[in-house]
Amino acid sequence: MEYVLPASLNDAIGLLAGAKGNAFVLAGGSDLLVRMKGDFIEPDLIVDIKGIGELAQIVQTADGFTVGSAVPCAVMGENTALRKAWPGVVEAANLIGSKQVQGRCTIAGNLCNASPAADSVPALVAAGARAVIAGPSGKRTIAVEDVPTGPGKTSLAKGEIVEAIVLDKRPSNSGDAYLRFIPRTEMDIAVVSAGVNLTLGADGAVASARVALGAVAATVLLVSEAADAIVGTRLDDTAMEKLAQACSAAASPIDDKRGTVHFRKKVAGVLATRAARIAYERAGGK
Amino acid sequence: MSGIAVSTTINGDDVEFLCQAEETLLEVLRDRLGLTGAKEGCGTGDCGACSVLVDDRLVCSCLVLGAEAEGRNIETIEGMADGDKLHPLQRKFIEHAALQCGICTPGFLIAAKDLLAKNADPTEEEVRFGLAGNLCRCTGYDKIVRAVLDAASEMRGA
Repeated sequence: MEYVLPASLNDAIGLLAGAKGNAFVLAGGSDLLVRMKGDFIEPDLIVDIKGIGELAQIVQTADGFTVGSAVPCAVMGENTALRKAWPGVVEAANLIGSKQVQGRCTIAGNLCNASPAADSVPALVAAGARAVIAGPSGKRTIAVEDVPTGPGKTSLAKGEIVEAIVLDKRPSNSGDAYLRFIPRTEMDIAVVSAGVNLTLGADGAVASARVALGAVAATVLLVSEAADAIVGTRLDDTAMEKLAQACSAAASPIDDKRGTVHFRKKVAGVLATRAARIAYERAGGK
Repeated sequence: MSGIAVSTTINGDDVEFLCQAEETLLEVLRDRLGLTGAKEGCGTGDCGACSVLVDDRLVCSCLVLGAEAEGRNIETIEGMADGDKLHPLQRKFIEHAALQCGICTPGFLIAAKDLLAKNADPTEEEVRFGLAGNLCRCTGYDKIVRAVLDAASEMRGA
């Protein structure tokens, strides 16, 4: 196996595109090294992207935030402006693993690891985040939900790297939130999770919303029926009930040791309503 | 032997070593440099027994490649005491009997040091959440939490 630390994005793309055998990107390594040591993968080449300056920073622009793909989640949590603008995204990112893992793991890695239970992904999908992907034939920007295509699989072609995750600037009367169900209080993988992002209109009602569910399908689900259930409302009981029903209906989970189909469908609705309530309060809703 | 030449700083000392690409920082510390304080518990980043600081960032050294140490500043448990003078956290762990078998202790001490550097006056809940990445199968955690809170109090001069 070869380890390389390129100083530029083009060098990294060239190395990955030209690699013979199995080539992998190393950002935080909290998934990659576990898979390597468990003999799930046998890399011939590891390209460490932490030496690429622009990938290692969070940039606030007039249009929002660009979170480089080598930025550890702990650094996101320490960025006051990002936390204020996208509290749901940051709280989701800061739920991944332990403090130790936080110091290394990245949201781009969480996305590309393509676990249906990835904590940051429902929050990013709800936020309408986009992934900037750089590759041998140039750059393209796609919705984050179009990156994972199934457990452990992504739509990235050979030589492509997620360069950054982009979060839009948004009106101040907006809020987002992420909740997950785990049987412990910390350090666990979501049995079910929900991310909600909404903006209020001048009348105080929900003007637009996005609702995403994790761990209830092969990929994170964006549930438009759930968003429709709360748009135009102030999250009254009827709207919340419709939201929960839409989430439970959209969920198509598996039975496994961490939860049953019945439980996951039910909890998907419960978590979405609770996350919607938090997002609404963060948006200034009363 | 052939390998990747790495120059780094460990506990304030300049250190150079050769390692293979697939070797973890934990393996380098233990097997090449004789720094056996960091332990391998799980090897998958779940137990925290291999905790070290890399550029003031708490990490599991089992999930860091040795080659990634190039140009970094690494702190391990071996650098915690000042000669024979124990760090307050180390003293309080002994006073409170916050260890039994001792495998998790170096990781807990490093994680607790990092916690107190970021939050000098943590609540019990903050200590418990802050140390959630370190597993102990002996103590039931209570004595560890009390030792950290007591050390924090002493370090604040309270």
